Amino acid sequence: MNAVWLAFIAGLIYILGWRYYSKFLAERIYRLDPNFITPANRYNDGVDFVPTNKWVLWGHHFTSVAGAAPIVGPAIAMYWGWLPAMLWVVLGTVFAAGVHDFGALVLSARHKGQSIGTLANRLVGRRAKLLFLFIILILVLMVNAVFAWVIANLFISNPAAVLSVFIQIPLAIWIGYAVLRRKGNMLIPSLVALAVMYGAAVVATYVPALQIDLVGWMGGEQATNVMFGLDAVGASFLIWILILLAYVFVASTLPVWKLLQPRDYINAQQLVVGLLLLYGGLLVAAPTVTAPAFNSEATTSWFPLLFITIACGAISGFHGLVASGTSSKQLNKETDARTIGYLGAVGEGTLALITILAVATFFASTTDFHEAYSSFAAAGAGGVGNFVGGAGELISGLGIPAAVGQTIVAIIIVSFAATTLDSAVRLLRYIIGELGVEYGAPKLSQRYVATFIAVFLTALLVLLPDGGRGLGSGGFLLWPLFGTSNQLLAGITLMLISLWLYRQGRSPLPTLVPMVFLLTMTVWAMIQQVVFTWSGLGEADAQWLLFILGAIILGFAIWILLEAVRLFRNPEELKRLAEREAREAE
Amino acid sequence: MSDPNEPRNPIARWLYRYDRMLRLGHEAEVIRELRDEDDLFLFMCFSEMLGVPNPVSYHTLELYPLIIEEFHEWHRRMGMEHSPLDHIRCC
Repeated sequence: MNAVWLAFIAGLIYILGWRYYSKFLAERIYRLDPNFITPANRYNDGVDFVPTNKWVLWGHHFTSVAGAAPIVGPAIAMYWGWLPAMLWVVLGTVFAAGVHDFGALVLSARHKGQSIGTLANRLVGRRAKLLFLFIILILVLMVNAVFAWVIANLFISNPAAVLSVFIQIPLAIWIGYAVLRRKGNMLIPSLVALAVMYGAAVVATYVPALQIDLVGWMGGEQATNVMFGLDAVGASFLIWILILLAYVFVASTLPVWKLLQPRDYINAQQLVVGLLLLYGGLLVAAPTVTAPAFNSEATTSWFPLLFITIACGAISGFHGLVASGTSSKQLNKETDARTIGYLGAVGEGTLALITILAVATFFASTTDFHEAYSSFAAAGAGGVGNFVGGAGELISGLGIPAAVGQTIVAIIIVSFAATTLDSAVRLLRYIIGELGVEYGAPKLSQRYVATFIAVFLTALLVLLPDGGRGLGSGGFLLWPLFGTSNQLLAGITLMLISLWLYRQGRSPLPTLVPMVFLLTMTVWAMIQQVVFTWSGLGEADAQWLLFILGAIILGFAIWILLEAVRLFRNPEELKRLAEREAREAE
Repeated sequence: MSDPNEPRNPIARWLYRYDRMLRLGHEAEVIRELRDEDDLFLFMCFSEMLGVPNPVSYHTLELYPLIIEEFHEWHRRMGMEHSPLDHIRCC
């Protein structure tokens, strides 16, 4: 089958969802009021609260939420075949993600632009807030470990991409100093930066001397016992991970405008360029889908694991954090929330969709697919690599050589993952500092102490678990855990929206149904993994780190479910909370 | 909402919006940092009035006419409706 048809069908469903379902949500459920004075207008301070044009805000929201996660998840989930992955990405976006992002935005705008964490405290009580902090802590740690793994892996398999990724750092610092501080136009300098990076990628693809190939330098893949008893691949992994951790230590302690923000800006450009190249290539090349619709040889069941493997791409808790953290403070009119929240989720869905199509068309035959996706562990280890290969093929449809396309795609993913890593380590530093203040250990809130702890914990997580591919493969073992904590966060957000709707006397069904579905799948998948896989009770050996972390998250998930049931069955308490909220609002 | 800085030419306007879209999240951070620096600078200029000896006050005195507007915004931001300094009446 031609992949263009799949893109066409999915696109059509997205359009129908946007045209009709989001309209229904806007009018009947969230009841957007064009006369409501949004926090951006009420508290306009020129810094955080700024009324913004809806398309500008949509673009900002979309580029903030889209990162490496909508690529990594679907690339792994292709293990079960393209149909389950595509169905969840398309229907999940229309009926769960759109509702969630849109609702988080409206809920926050109706509550002075407060973030989900604060709202949890107000709508459900202190316990929920505590829960929230812990989930974010685990989530962020997981993000660090997984993305450090992804980057090290891509550096080893795409040595031509390394140079460009390193070039990006001085370019970003230059943009930070020269442009961002002086309020100049950033468009041209960042396009120049992109041209330099991609130019370097093209040159490095053809000039082996410019490829930073650690494995090759150590004598190739067959070299054994290079250092500490590791083979060349293992040793390269260790070196890359250490370099990355040293880098994030520096990057996350610098002022944001020096490196983080200009990098973000360049990466947002890369997202736009990447999507244009991939969809353009798809339309021109019109490749045939070689992956099976259902992988009949899959030994791990897709139900319920699929729904936590594809986290971002369909519904994601991180979107709620962005929607309620910054976007809601910049909403000019309440009616704009439909475009920003719903269409932002659709934007991310298109990225996940092209990932699925790139992997589905990458293999020469179905047999090759079965070889690459022989087990769930193999899917985890090779998924991103398959996407890079498939995306390279798609881009070659535009006349760009596949090898160059692959290098460019690798650069895009590494850049996304690296900025997420920078911000996540920074976020972890803040949380550690906050906990330090809370528990009377002010030393923890010192910048370097907190960053050191954050980096050290990340290193432990990436390096300790001995996964299928030896040292350093802990990152991908953690991917299902990342999915579950992320889905849990989305579940809490949906619960808050449902409670709010219920209290307003409106039907909470559009948010309640995805919430119940999501939390059921999460709890189910967790029980399956924690009790039967990681504890050692089943056939596999016990994996203690995963077991402990998984058990904590499972505990949180069940707690949240009970909390929600209790509140829905106890209108009295809901009323009390509402009264308290009304008092505080006065 | 209509942005007063938005160009009229459709292509220029499109590029302007695209640039705004990408830099939106960064601006708040930069504005905050620039303000902090400005506040420090103003503090240096007016440190003598707060009892902190300033060896370069002779030079900073010459800057006053140039920074009067900023001074006005600064004292408003610091929560003072009117200028706290008797000899500088900006408002």
